[in-house]
Amino acid sequence: MTARVALVLVSHSAELARGVAELAGQMAPDVLIRGVGGGPDGGLGTSLDAVQEAFTEVLAELADAAGGSSADPAGGVVVLGDLGSSVLTVEAVLELDESLAEHVALARAPFVEGAVAAAVTAHGGADRAAVLESANASVRMFAAIEAAQSPEPAEATSAEESQTSRTVTVRNPLGLHARPAALVSRKVAELGGSVTIDGVDASSVLQLMALGATQGREVRVEATGERAAEAVATVVDMIASGFGEV
Amino acid sequence: MALDADWAERWVRRTADAVADAKGELTELDRQIGDGDHGENLHRGFQAVVARLDDEASGRDAQDERTVGDVLKLVATTLMSTVGGASGPLYGTAYLRAAKVSGRPQIDPPAVVAVLEAALEGVSSRGKATVGEKTMVDAWQAAVDAAEAAANDGGSEVDVLRAAAEAADKASTATIPLVATKGRASYLGERSAGHEDPGARSTALVLGAAIAAALSGPPPADPRSAA
Repeated sequence: MTARVALVLVSHSAELARGVAELAGQMAPDVLIRGVGGGPDGGLGTSLDAVQEAFTEVLAELADAAGGSSADPAGGVVVLGDLGSSVLTVEAVLELDESLAEHVALARAPFVEGAVAAAVTAHGGADRAAVLESANASVRMFAAIEAAQSPEPAEATSAEESQTSRTVTVRNPLGLHARPAALVSRKVAELGGSVTIDGVDASSVLQLMALGATQGREVRVEATGERAAEAVATVVDMIASGFGEV
Repeated sequence: MALDADWAERWVRRTADAVADAKGELTELDRQIGDGDHGENLHRGFQAVVARLDDEASGRDAQDERTVGDVLKLVATTLMSTVGGASGPLYGTAYLRAAKVSGRPQIDPPAVVAVLEAALEGVSSRGKATVGEKTMVDAWQAAVDAAEAAANDGGSEVDVLRAAAEAADKASTATIPLVATKGRASYLGERSAGHEDPGARSTALVLGAAIAAALSGPPPADPRSAA
């Protein structure tokens, strides 16, 4: 099944675009992801024609996947650009071609982190606005991780909400690397509610990866909300199972 | 003299010649404070524009009435498709916005001002830059201000274009002492001072070609020999 939102990644470099598309694709196999890069002469740069073609093709593929109807309903394309002129080129394409602009949203996000976060969110079936927000939120990732890892205790959560907390040891050799982090974050997003692992937002694939939780590390899974106990149990089981890698 | 589509075409062809002549200078300016591709990129773009104008001329019926905007739109799409660096979408958007306000066979002095304003607006909104940040906006803004003043004084098309070109040239030179805060040169911070901005210089070339095209008048025979 193809997710309703596709990603187009525009870089100055064809290889960089392809590489980030591959990386994000590994974590979100149901999402259509297209990397496009390089200038009109094949060197470093961006080509308006290539970007325009990528949008057109990806939107057509989405429509095909939706059974031939003219897709969109809140799906479409989220696009990320790297340095300067890639972003300008995307904006120019959208100004030139209003029929594309209706279905394409440009993210303001770091290229790699934004692509990964957007891909994982799109994989869960989110709409274009949610995927865009996920990409844009990736810019705040570093601050969020620093806050979670600072020695100062986080604000005490008021006791009125049901809060559940358990510890679990990471078993698989590579720890919470890209694939397991994507599995956990997608599951957490599906469950709803607030779940943290060692203080970071477990629905954020980027924050999970940045934890650097390797084999043998004990992590604390906490959740609040009505289904807190269920959420903690689910995440603990996933981690304890070793993600099929042990 | 009337500024019509033929003038627009002469303007663009002269721009291509001016960029070809100044390619080395632009690249050198850009090498000092940017990534050194401005001259080459613009040259490639304007050569592609000339090639498309030639193609179009051979396929066009002499009776077909072109608007000024038709010519500028062709420049916009060609530059966007062929330039590759940031100047492609920047100049492309300038010509595109200019084309939107010039969809008629001839433009008078107030319309020339409107064309320049639209171009300025395109460059500044696409590049998110304002005056004083050592970018091509400095030259465009000076050109618009001068053109507006000339038109308000009752100047002719030629007066308006001349005022714009002279102001852009001065404004480009005036970027030399500035510290860049937008664009690639801003990565250099203080070290960008002491160098002229290549985008402001190329803007001065573009507007210099506009007045030269107005003064040169229509060529006697084959438009492709104009330059």
